[in-house]
Amino acid sequence: MQKEFIISGFGGQGILFIGKLLAYTGMKNNYEVSWLPSYGPEMRGGTASCNVIISDDAIGSPLVTEATEVIAMNGPSFVKFEKSVAPGGTMYYDSSLVTPNPTRDDIKYIGVEATKLATEMGMGKLANMFLIGKVLKESGVFELDVVFEALKGLVPAKKPELYDLNKKAIEAGANL
Amino acid sequence: MSEKVLMKGNEAIAEAAIRSGCKLFFGYPITPQTEVSAYMSKRMPQVDGLYLQAESEVAAINMVYGAAATGARAMTSSSSPGISLKQEGLSYIAGADLPCVIINIVRGGPGLGGIQPAQSDYFQATKGGGHGDYNLVVLAPSTIQECVDLTYKAFDIADQYRVPVMIMGDGMLGQMMEPVSFPAHDDSVTFDKSWACNTTGMKRKKNIVNSLYINPDELENLVWERQKRYDLITEKETRAESFFCEDADIVLVAYGTIARVAMNAVKKARAMGIKAGLIRPITLWPFPEQEIANVAKTAKSFLSVEMSTGQMVYDVKLAVNGKCPVEFYGRTGGVVPVPQEILDKIVEMSKKL
Repeated sequence: MQKEFIISGFGGQGILFIGKLLAYTGMKNNYEVSWLPSYGPEMRGGTASCNVIISDDAIGSPLVTEATEVIAMNGPSFVKFEKSVAPGGTMYYDSSLVTPNPTRDDIKYIGVEATKLATEMGMGKLANMFLIGKVLKESGVFELDVVFEALKGLVPAKKPELYDLNKKAIEAGANL
Repeated sequence: MSEKVLMKGNEAIAEAAIRSGCKLFFGYPITPQTEVSAYMSKRMPQVDGLYLQAESEVAAINMVYGAAATGARAMTSSSSPGISLKQEGLSYIAGADLPCVIINIVRGGPGLGGIQPAQSDYFQATKGGGHGDYNLVVLAPSTIQECVDLTYKAFDIADQYRVPVMIMGDGMLGQMMEPVSFPAHDDSVTFDKSWACNTTGMKRKKNIVNSLYINPDELENLVWERQKRYDLITEKETRAESFFCEDADIVLVAYGTIARVAMNAVKKARAMGIKAGLIRPITLWPFPEQEIANVAKTAKSFLSVEMSTGQMVYDVKLAVNGKCPVEFYGRTGGVVPVPQEILDKIVEMSKKL
């Protein structure tokens, strides 16, 4: 397997966290993984993004230039990273925040009203989990159970209730 | 081997330093290495160590100077502009024959430059950024696991030869996460610390740590004595890794994270039928001249790939010693080259063969 993700959106949407969830799940399942964040002043309320690679083999460049999956949680990210999707790859986006203007016919576009649906379920801060649920289902990168198992290792020990919430959001996203 | 954990390079270096027995850390925040300090501030109190945020980089390196004089394992970390400030202290530490470890998570320069990854501190690190005849041992990890392994190694080299050792990474290595494990640290190896200023107990003559020698003959002797240790380090500690060099026509030389990007390009070139290879220096000083010289006997050309305007390329040229052409490809200012642009350069060179 060689999956290369670009995940991007506003700082505060949990962009880096869903990247970490993918990388951590990969590590727990004996894949080679890398997680590379954008860093610097742009993260303060501006855009945040990270590159995640999950591979059978040792990872060369941790920079993703031809992503198998791009996840865009805001409009600017959709525009910026549309060209970074490898031919045959998929652009996932939060259609409650992004008005898509697709310009390519060699990639797939999958929109999910993640923020709207998550808010309706009283989980407005977990829109990222809705979206990643859909990504997991469509891309087949990991089975949901494997991700839930890994999630246990990322939820703070002092807030175990977050595990159930995140799990619920991922399941809801996967079932859309 | 311990269980694998997902860690940032900066944090992995800090944890590895603690496991190496570093109990004294003097820091000052600067992007992109601040996580080293932040991690130390959390962890040092848990291991009865000291974390101290100094009032400046200059203060931090001089605190390392003092701490190292007691024989304890001491460390500081910074990024390019901060490392420039530390140069006077580094020269003194080298002149006083003290072991310590310095981390440089390089960003774009000169001046305040930028905060994105760069390798433009190569000259400063390997040619003596401070004054006088001295060298730092410079280690260049390319993965987070290697950050751990080379941090262990850095403290041992420092103690064994009584020299300051620099670990030179870049912003990408500091910020990215990869799985790492922390091998059990071999604490059984001990080093001679009879020179340390750690109280005489009224039982021995006092030790003096100093870098001032007014008498030229005395100073010359000391400098040559130190040079012999540098020669020994060159003989014993030079490290490099090479890939596909046996039959390579075009040999890339790249270190740190860029060696990984270059590796992608080499594999793509091979897939196109171009015989490319890669030498990855792990020690930048001492530079792996012999490894390069050996490959230069059979290779047709070399390509130094760096995130600078061309610094290591001079060392590559010295090592190749005119046996074949040496070309350069670089990006700088915080721009990280992608495999395709390196591949384009390899293809261009292959047409000249």
